[in-house]
Amino acid sequence: MTETFAPPTRFAVPGRIAVSTQTEATWQTAALAEIRRETAHATTFRFAVPDWPGHLPGQHLMLRLTAEDGYTAQRHYSIASAPDGSGHVELTLDHIEGGEVSGWFHTEARPGDTVEVRGPLSGFFAWPGDRPALLVGAGSGVVPLMSMVRHHRSRGLTVPLRLLVSARSPEELIYAREFGAETTPVFTRSAPDGVPVGRMAAIHVAPLLAARPPGGWEAYVCGSNGFAEHASRLLVAAGQPVDRIRIERFG
Amino acid sequence: MNVTRGFTGRPRVSNAGLPPGQYDAGDDWPVLSAEVTPDLQPADWSFRVDGLVAQPRTWSWDEAHALPASAYEGDIHCVTSWSKFGVRFGGVSLDAFLDVVQPHGSATHAVAYSHTGYTAALPLADLTGGQAWIAWEYGGEPLAPEHGGPARLLVPHLYFWKSAKWIAGVTLLDHDEPGFWEQNGYHARGNPWQEQRYSGD
Repeated sequence: MTETFAPPTRFAVPGRIAVSTQTEATWQTAALAEIRRETAHATTFRFAVPDWPGHLPGQHLMLRLTAEDGYTAQRHYSIASAPDGSGHVELTLDHIEGGEVSGWFHTEARPGDTVEVRGPLSGFFAWPGDRPALLVGAGSGVVPLMSMVRHHRSRGLTVPLRLLVSARSPEELIYAREFGAETTPVFTRSAPDGVPVGRMAAIHVAPLLAARPPGGWEAYVCGSNGFAEHASRLLVAAGQPVDRIRIERFG
Repeated sequence: MNVTRGFTGRPRVSNAGLPPGQYDAGDDWPVLSAEVTPDLQPADWSFRVDGLVAQPRTWSWDEAHALPASAYEGDIHCVTSWSKFGVRFGGVSLDAFLDVVQPHGSATHAVAYSHTGYTAALPLADLTGGQAWIAWEYGGEPLAPEHGGPARLLVPHLYFWKSAKWIAGVTLLDHDEPGFWEQNGYHARGNPWQEQRYSGD
């Protein structure tokens, strides 16, 4: 007989979030509609995808480029825009040194170009807007979290949402102009006068955990693996239940 | 074919080891676990095989290490499109564990589960015949926690989400029971050579 397995340790995987059960197996043409510089290293690309089925904040898509000889390159990217039924989605991409796909976007792409996308994909990191959300990101890890912030704002949701975001400097803080009272930036290299400089630490996380809403936070952590390891440990140390920490690591 | 204007891509290398849609990650080994990396010590680690077997059994760290050592040298492929060539894992073949528990003839599938509660679904035929390992060494060193240490399942001929980190056990079943990513839209088998990324592929 099969015995029920109970993990002997106090960590666990968060439960799944219901997303559309429809499988997005087909590639669709996405036409580049607009290019918006965010920082010296990050740019937002807005695509028209007429048959986009909609997504939940935090989901990603697969994007494919095809060369004339048929060679293809595909990557997963988090969706930056909120689901708005407009038939458009936005991605914000770092320009990665030597990046095959991001390099094309940052040096070649112009409005009218077409690529292919498939999605939305994965439900694990999705936020349906139904539970208090504590968002913790660094660098371009803020991209899927911004979809959540925008969704919260555009729908006028009253469920609590906070964003703790780390960047090297104010100039490198993606979406800086869009943030409001829900956001606390942390600067690791340089900051405006009077603002401390340093790595995200317990002092940033503790006040948010102390202001825990009824039912507690669902935490969403996104960034490099190094950041995700660091931030998730800070959350656990501050008392966030380990089975309510969802992590998206950018490889 | 939907050609992207101005896209040439990387220099074409003839690499018979690269499945369709994958790229060579070189020295990188991206970490993509969805949960907090557990602080799991070898003394707290155990591995169980149960379900449709004659003799369910749990091995401790030392008991598992008493089984014959076996290594995998080759490539690994992640569904997010990176592949890593020439990796070397050390551990024990899963066959050595299965030989002890004696699977019933009715067993066709398995759920691998992790000490974090993560699960992955696999056809049993992908776990037997020298195709799967319980691995605790990488490149001759102890497997790092963020890569699944102290021990992970290793099924290198399938996409790597099947190779459950912090492996705690394998339950044999007579049906497919979707695991963590399979419930999130990923493929039941995940063969990189047939590009079985998502359900429906």
